[in-house]
Amino acid sequence: MSAPILQVSDLRVTFDVPVRGGWPWTPPRKLQAVGGISFDLRPGEVLGVVGESGSGKSTLARAIIGTVPSSGRVVFDGQDLGNLVPGARRSRRRDIQMIFQDPLAALNPRMTVGDIIAEPLVTHHPKTPRAEVRRRVAEIMDRVGLLPNLMNRYPHEFSGGQCQRIGIARALILRPKLLICDEPVSALDVSVQAQVVNLLRELRRELGIAMIFIAHDLSVVRHISDRVMVMYLGRLMETATAKAIVETPRHPYTQFLIASVPIPDPELERARPRPVLEGDLPSPLAPPSGCVFRTRCPKARERCAQEPPPAYDVGPAHRATCHYWDEPTPMLEAAE
Amino acid sequence: MALTDPATEASRTATRPEKGRSLWTDARRRFLRNRAATAALAVLVLIAIFAFGGGFVAQYERDYVDFTLIGINASKGVPSFETGHYFGTDAEGRDLFARTVQGTRLSLLIGIVGSLVAVVVGTLYGAISGYLGGRVDSVMMRIVDILMSIPFMFVLILLLVIFGRSLLMLFIGIGLISWLGMARIARGQTLTIKNKEFVEAAIATGVRPLTIILRHIVPNLLGIVVVYATLLIPEMIIYESFISFLGLGVQEPNTSLGSLISSGASQVLNGGGEPWQLYFPLFFFVATLFAFFFVGDGLRDALDPKDR
Repeated sequence: MSAPILQVSDLRVTFDVPVRGGWPWTPPRKLQAVGGISFDLRPGEVLGVVGESGSGKSTLARAIIGTVPSSGRVVFDGQDLGNLVPGARRSRRRDIQMIFQDPLAALNPRMTVGDIIAEPLVTHHPKTPRAEVRRRVAEIMDRVGLLPNLMNRYPHEFSGGQCQRIGIARALILRPKLLICDEPVSALDVSVQAQVVNLLRELRRELGIAMIFIAHDLSVVRHISDRVMVMYLGRLMETATAKAIVETPRHPYTQFLIASVPIPDPELERARPRPVLEGDLPSPLAPPSGCVFRTRCPKARERCAQEPPPAYDVGPAHRATCHYWDEPTPMLEAAE
Repeated sequence: MALTDPATEASRTATRPEKGRSLWTDARRRFLRNRAATAALAVLVLIAIFAFGGGFVAQYERDYVDFTLIGINASKGVPSFETGHYFGTDAEGRDLFARTVQGTRLSLLIGIVGSLVAVVVGTLYGAISGYLGGRVDSVMMRIVDILMSIPFMFVLILLLVIFGRSLLMLFIGIGLISWLGMARIARGQTLTIKNKEFVEAAIATGVRPLTIILRHIVPNLLGIVVVYATLLIPEMIIYESFISFLGLGVQEPNTSLGSLISSGASQVLNGGGEPWQLYFPLFFFVATLFAFFFVGDGLRDALDPKDR
């Protein structure tokens, strides 16, 4: 097994929320968006991150690329990104690129597509001759399935799926070692989603890039990932191989997520029991004590409110953050 | 190589890049479809031709005093093609056409210089303040607030009195205040743009902050900046005219629309029979302002089609 390309340990992101109606010197309230996430990523591996809205997935991505301040360690390719001076950190960014959720919003409306795709290249290799820049832009556009003769067009002239391909081309032009995809398909039509996911799979196979693939839809993540990480309220709930997550989920939250994935057959879908997770995500300003999932967990007991569960090893490379991972989940049992 | 789109096959044959339709091209089309704005733009072009080319048509220098007309101005100094005084003469017997040409030119220059300072200084100041945010933003914006709270007309008059009346002083005075409003507008707009994902994408790529401001923020600000700048030009012209009307503006033999209107108005008020001395400069003043306002409105409609 090769050395991990990315090591994240105890990553925390805390935002200050100003108290409404307070004085300027009133201490702001703390919102912990990501609370102590650790994981390793090997070269060429795809890590899926799932969780509902507000679970801190996007914040995790932004903390890794460094656009939000965070504490904890992010070691990329043997270098601690937190210790770098801004200039060195900027040049490090060549190897970590990101794809965004809203394909059109991620493209500057005043720039041509060719200029957008060329931006990372021009930023990190400013002396590249213009003809060479154009050649490489055309090459990468061709590779992601865009006509290179569209490079003088503007983003608003493209469809959502094409815009996402432009975003992918921009992210790949420098051959990064790590690609972070922040819900790259959730703004797209289902048919286009499949095209984009397949494109990402092909590119990964060809180029051997490691990826962090964020989505709230487990069925998409399962399709592309080697390993899946389930997040809830900024905490890690369960991590395992994609196969193990789907077949033997141990954490009650993961079990609910798996049970909520629709079956693409109307008859089966109508007949199948649908356990629903009660209640809403608690406010991250006042997270529940102990286990953060206990307010919605059918297995919650006294102990869950008192001690936050550690990550139990529940199988090969499979860890779940639940005290009672080895007991059946009542509501799911009843539904079956 | 893996291909997902069959259209890529076509790319081998069609390699010549197509021309894109930028947001600016769209805006130009929308602007030209707006009749009032296009007409106003044509008027502005005519006024500019008059202001910068009228000197070649004038039969007299602007400071040449026609002594033969003194005293009989009301009867002999009337606008006429025969004498070459197309707009008549002023109270001192000088050719009003030449003076109106020069006054219009000066007013346009004041407006354009004030506006240019606003565009360059105000936009950059606002964009930097908004982009950096936090404490830097607070300090930079408080400076603007303080400068704005100083009664500007008062300071400008003091400047002109202390340092003497000169064109340079007038330009400096107008330039000093014109960018404040622009800085606020640019900052407000930057705050919304900097949270867009394309700015985040640029940060994630490793683009330098100054390059982000110049490449990603400012071009997206320009729409609103252009509109505000066009509306700022008439405001600057009005300021200058007011100063000149008070007698503190440009010095003889230079003149501006404000001082021409001032002297014309006093002639009319004193019951003189030379109303043309008011009407010609006033016509150019009003026409210029109207044209700028219409063009500004047209630009606003063309550049933000959503907010109409």
